[in-house]
Amino acid sequence: MSASARRHQSPRTRRSVASEAGRRDPARLADAWAAAIADTSFVSLTRTGLTTHLRPLAVRLLAALSPTDPAGPARTVGVEVGRALVAAHFTDTETLCRTLVALGGALPARDPAARTALLSGLAAGFAAALRDRTLTEQEAIRQAAMAAQTRAERALRSTEARFRAVFTSAAAGIALGDLTGHILEANPALATMLASPPERLRGRDVFELVHPDDVAALRELIYERVASGRADRIRTEKRFVTDDGRVLWGLLAVSVVRDAEGRPSYLVAMGEDNTRRHELAATLAHQATHDALTGLANRALFTERLHDAFDQAAPAARLGVCFLDLDGFKIINDSLGHPVGDELLRVVAGRLAEAVGPDSLLARLGGDEFVVLRAGSTGEAEVVALAERILAALDAPVEVAGHELAVSASIGIVERATFGTDPAEVMRAADITLYWAKAAGKGRWATFDSERDAAQAARHQLTEALPAALRDEEFALAYQPVVDLTDQRLTGVEALVRWRHPRLGLLGPDAFLGLAEETGLVVPLGRWVLAAACRQARSWLDRYGWAPPVSVNLAVRHVCATSLVDDVRRALADSGLPAGLLQLEITERALMGAEPTTALRTLHDDGVRIVIDDFGTGYSNLAHLRHAPVHGIKLARSFTHSFDAPAHPDRADLAIVQALVSLAHTLDLTVTAGGVETRRQAYRLRELGAERGQGWLYGRPADPVHIDSLLTEPAAPLRA
Amino acid sequence: MERPSWAPDEIDLDRPSAARMYDSFLGGSHNFAPDRAAARAAIGIIPELPAVMRANRAFLRRAVRYAASLGIRQFLDLGSGIPTVGNVHEVARAADPDARVVYVDVDPVAVAHSRALLAGDDQTAVVEADVRDPGTLLADDTLHATLDLGRPVALLMVALLHFVPDGDDPAGLVRRYADALAPGSVLAVSHGTGDGRTEQSDRMVRLYAGTANPLTARTRAGVAALFDGFELVDPGVVFLPLWRPDSPADVPDRPERFCSYAGVGRKP
Repeated sequence: MSASARRHQSPRTRRSVASEAGRRDPARLADAWAAAIADTSFVSLTRTGLTTHLRPLAVRLLAALSPTDPAGPARTVGVEVGRALVAAHFTDTETLCRTLVALGGALPARDPAARTALLSGLAAGFAAALRDRTLTEQEAIRQAAMAAQTRAERALRSTEARFRAVFTSAAAGIALGDLTGHILEANPALATMLASPPERLRGRDVFELVHPDDVAALRELIYERVASGRADRIRTEKRFVTDDGRVLWGLLAVSVVRDAEGRPSYLVAMGEDNTRRHELAATLAHQATHDALTGLANRALFTERLHDAFDQAAPAARLGVCFLDLDGFKIINDSLGHPVGDELLRVVAGRLAEAVGPDSLLARLGGDEFVVLRAGSTGEAEVVALAERILAALDAPVEVAGHELAVSASIGIVERATFGTDPAEVMRAADITLYWAKAAGKGRWATFDSERDAAQAARHQLTEALPAALRDEEFALAYQPVVDLTDQRLTGVEALVRWRHPRLGLLGPDAFLGLAEETGLVVPLGRWVLAAACRQARSWLDRYGWAPPVSVNLAVRHVCATSLVDDVRRALADSGLPAGLLQLEITERALMGAEPTTALRTLHDDGVRIVIDDFGTGYSNLAHLRHAPVHGIKLARSFTHSFDAPAHPDRADLAIVQALVSLAHTLDLTVTAGGVETRRQAYRLRELGAERGQGWLYGRPADPVHIDSLLTEPAAPLRA
Repeated sequence: MERPSWAPDEIDLDRPSAARMYDSFLGGSHNFAPDRAAARAAIGIIPELPAVMRANRAFLRRAVRYAASLGIRQFLDLGSGIPTVGNVHEVARAADPDARVVYVDVDPVAVAHSRALLAGDDQTAVVEADVRDPGTLLADDTLHATLDLGRPVALLMVALLHFVPDGDDPAGLVRRYADALAPGSVLAVSHGTGDGRTEQSDRMVRLYAGTANPLTARTRAGVAALFDGFELVDPGVVFLPLWRPDSPADVPDRPERFCSYAGVGRKP
């Protein structure tokens, strides 16, 4: 027994070898053996199970040493038992060691050679079996490892194949790049997009492919946001330049791939060619903001830029607008047809664009209206110069479809500081100024005049208020006496219309008659005056038993109106005033037409008096006058004014008045002198033969009550 | 970009595998040099380690026998590792030759080996799965082809749950499995602990901290709490060798030196 074996002997083993008789009992041998090797190897057996398991082996061992009938060569039995131990999972060398010690002490010692052969056989069998088992297990685990590896690799290959399939057949362009933006791998879709084979993309700096204008922005996005790991993904749209020189819009998603520690290691970019969508959007945007006929900016774009000029302007910024239209364009369109008109507009648009240059926005607002916006202008002179360039550009005739067309334009110029005004105000001013330019004679420019505009605005306001004023009876009549120059007694009154404007106060006829004339309201106004004056005269007649003829001014338009006779007759009828007490004052011009003259003759025949007001200031057909249905003339105050001079009247005035009085008397017409302010005037005019006088000397136009006092004393001279 | 779920981990034989180290501890040769080196290093630090492993194996055997004595014929061994001596199906079939067993491990080599070993045995099956993902495992076709979860099952979690950190909610994990089992099923757990033997257990924890499977030692109460949904059978949660030992001779003098608790619970 070796020293090392003895060291492992347990007390139990020593006890079990005490009796030689026990050495032949398999049960005791198995028990001692089990005690020795329990816990040496891991075997899934309880102690009892182990003893049971070892018992057949113990039987065989004892049989091999049987002196009577050895079961076979001891060594062979030993080998088998050794193998059996390993087969029962006793694989620890400690198990073998303890087995040899335990059996060495427990087996019968009768035949030491046989026992040695038995035990050495057991050791050899154990070793051989352990070696077989180890090799088998190693082979098994190696096979398992290989199987697992093969499986993993197959799975990996199929994974890679799937990834490769996604990569190569994706419709989107995909590139894998390093953190500096160099392409490591590009898929065919990307290659097609960029018109460069994948192998030529590999290794390239992606920024070489980016449009120069977009490089800086994309570089910042990729370096600052993605490659730095600050963002996992960015989406952007940038322009790329393909190898064949096209510019394309790429919708780009760049993501970062991180390593196991979470540090950015790769970039993956997915791109889509968005050029068509971009072009479509650009086309739509262009269509929305440009005029289809001329290609110029349209009203929408102009309005936007005009607003921009205000929104983005510095406080001291100015702007200029030239608003123009072609003179007589409608005639060209109507006479030569729309195709010619359109072609003309195209040519004109081209010339305008050239004249305007790139610093200003030229837009076509519609029809033949164009507008130029000069944002940031330096003063009116600059915009006037621009307008003159435009006019000059249209000097040469335009040849369209064989027609040589002379074109000109009228331009309204507004140039002002943006502060204190707004786009709508600028456009209104430009519109008015264009109108002024047109009114001033076409083919010219006009600049905005704020005073003129204010006056027009005031007129406009009055014009607008006129209909309501008429309806609301805001008008009133003042009456001015007319006297017989020989005795200064009252021979007539002139009704003069006034407007009691609720805000502006009492307005004289100069303030509104022109407007009424323009708008046609002068006819209803005249109708009202007729009615009011007739009513007043009738009331005087009723109150005082007599009344002087009341004189009513008729506008040319009213005289020409078909309703004139009816209007006058109705006024007379409604008021009950005798026709002889109504006098109509008309101007020379009213006698020009045949129809008015007929109407006047009818009224004349009715007994209505008719005089020509301000005779000698208008155009008179003296031949016509001879047969005109008139009773007299009134001399304009412009002729009588100088009659007040202390020495003598202006010689020309004297001659004119003499001639007019002479003419009138020849035609059997009475003469009324207007504007009589002094006795000297009155005297001199009477001396020249004027029968009647009217003027401040005898009374200013006044309320009817002032006339009342004159009527109470009909015989009294007004001034003497 | 995350690796898609169909792509397996690579097989790296240079990295020690817990399953093959376990085999080595038990005296098997189903292991490679790196596994043996790691096992030797572990024994160098904790000489009792092979004894702990064997004690675990013995507990597994006792637990299977106990379950079989209750009439349970279905076994689900989670973290089964390399099939080595005294396998569950061997022990179970000793009680009833018709017993059915499903082995589950996440180590592809262990799974491949188990399949090779059990090829042709239609009463056993091997599933490659991560036990921390009960949803996937409980839906596995092979599992259902082998076990009838409508009848009681012995769920074996031997030396397993101390690899599940508190953050992964081990009790919740157990609960997920328990919910899938029929009443009368049993749960066998052995689990590392620091109770009673601070120095060794600390070394053990430190040793495993460097591996892919860090170890979380739990107290007795902590281990008992894992039996959520089960009623502990006698003697409850006790040091590993003390759970229903085969004989008094198997009870060591200082059972706490095995740094492990064991217990079996029954689903009511």
